[in-house]
Amino acid sequence: MTEFDPSRRKLLKATALATSGTVITARLAPEAQAVQAAQPGPPQTATPATMSVLLRVNGTEHQLMIDPRTTLLDALRERLHLTGSKKGCDQGQCGACTVIVDGRRITSCLTLAVMQEGHDITTIEGLGTPANLHPMQAAFIKHDGYQCGFCTPGQICSAVAMLEEVKAGIPSHVTADLTQRPAATNEEFRERMSGNICRCGAYSNIQEAIAEVAGVKA
Amino acid sequence: MKPFTYERAASPAEAAAAAARTKGARFIAGGTNLLDLMKLQIETPPHLIDVNNLGLDRIEQTTEGGLRIGALVRNTDLAADERVRRDYGVLSRALLAGASGQLRNQATTAGNLLQRTRCPYFYDTNQPCNKRQPGSGCSAIGGYNRHHAIVGASNACIATHPSDMAVAMRVLDAGVETIRPDGSTRIIPIADFHRLPRDTPHIETSLEPGELITAVTLPRPAGGTQVYRKVRDRASYAFALVSVAAIVQRDGTGRVALGGVAHKPWRVEAAESDMPRGAKAVTGRLLADARTTHHNEFKVLLVERTLASILNKA
Repeated sequence: MTEFDPSRRKLLKATALATSGTVITARLAPEAQAVQAAQPGPPQTATPATMSVLLRVNGTEHQLMIDPRTTLLDALRERLHLTGSKKGCDQGQCGACTVIVDGRRITSCLTLAVMQEGHDITTIEGLGTPANLHPMQAAFIKHDGYQCGFCTPGQICSAVAMLEEVKAGIPSHVTADLTQRPAATNEEFRERMSGNICRCGAYSNIQEAIAEVAGVKA
Repeated sequence: MKPFTYERAASPAEAAAAAARTKGARFIAGGTNLLDLMKLQIETPPHLIDVNNLGLDRIEQTTEGGLRIGALVRNTDLAADERVRRDYGVLSRALLAGASGQLRNQATTAGNLLQRTRCPYFYDTNQPCNKRQPGSGCSAIGGYNRHHAIVGASNACIATHPSDMAVAMRVLDAGVETIRPDGSTRIIPIADFHRLPRDTPHIETSLEPGELITAVTLPRPAGGTQVYRKVRDRASYAFALVSVAAIVQRDGTGRVALGGVAHKPWRVEAAESDMPRGAKAVTGRLLADARTTHHNEFKVLLVERTLASILNKA
């Protein structure tokens, strides 16, 4: 047992790396190399070329060398360590990764970082700080617009940009008359926030927070 | 995702030429469907051509009195355009019924037309699927097919086209402007753009390899009352069970196209002469060749009742 003992961790690591298909042999300990050689895993491919990208996030420019496969979400979290934006489904369905690009809310998991060069990216970290909260952040706290908090950064970024969409006169599915400007109503907010899922079900409190910031009755 | 190389194209002609140089290359604009499929390795392009900088993001008046919508106009901007809201209400309504606010901000006009099916067996790489892997079989036939096609399907595929926007484009008689790798351009009528599955369900459009959509054109406004009614399992952010795009004139004549029932937006022009006779007559002809399963037979009655509701209010 002692002969084989702590290599379990290395074995797991080696397996994970081998599965990822990148060439990593040189960086492994000898025993891990042996383990890796024994794995029947997929054929290894060369590490893809990295690309240079200039990302402007919360007003600061970052020059990064990245694998072109990197989503904006992964670049924000793994490279810039802005971990406020969350990875929920990684398929654009849950909204936890919502960030604001050039004033528009988008799901950062469904765009590549290399596609966002030259754009202004705002994450939850750029909206406000604990000492200087954005009004939407303060309203979420006041109205208890969360339980576990995982979806909250995405909810807040989405809500902030959503209110701007209403102000800009962009209609929604529930706008009764397309030739009129949409009204700032709870019915409009509910429809427009459908891309943000809250599995704790804090919707009614989220609704109250948004209504307060919008200056309408919840 | 599988490794790929990435380039930014500077002009439509350059993008099309670049696509022809690398077998399997794909254009990327919004990326909301393509990246999702690449993560699952359903799409594995070796090369991506980013077309976001091509300047195809304007909506212009045409000399014929219609609109020319740039391929890169985002769904949000198309739905919010004053001319579209006033003259092509069915298009605004269809766009606003689709996806979420975030996705509409990313998704483009051309990309919306090129969406791939949301058939769960297409998405599950452990299951046979003729669309994903030609010749492997269809898991939806004999499987759980409540969301699947009831008309125009084949023994190889019963997937539906997921777009709402495309259904409105079909009822509006849109045209799809393209440029090919040799620099030649053409306009494909929307009726000929999407294909039925037949025995090649992996070939979904009439685009040639490397052919790039540059714009979608709309003819002069059709007038009338324009309605897009989408019936779905949730009130928001869900794909259609069935949807009905309709343009109804004061004299009771009009046009109808359906979503959620076929591999393409479904329209039978000959059925529209029955519009003054009501929903049952029109639906009977629209879905005359329907082949349903016990999971999706409800769609026939749902189409009829949805159309009846539209005609009663129009």
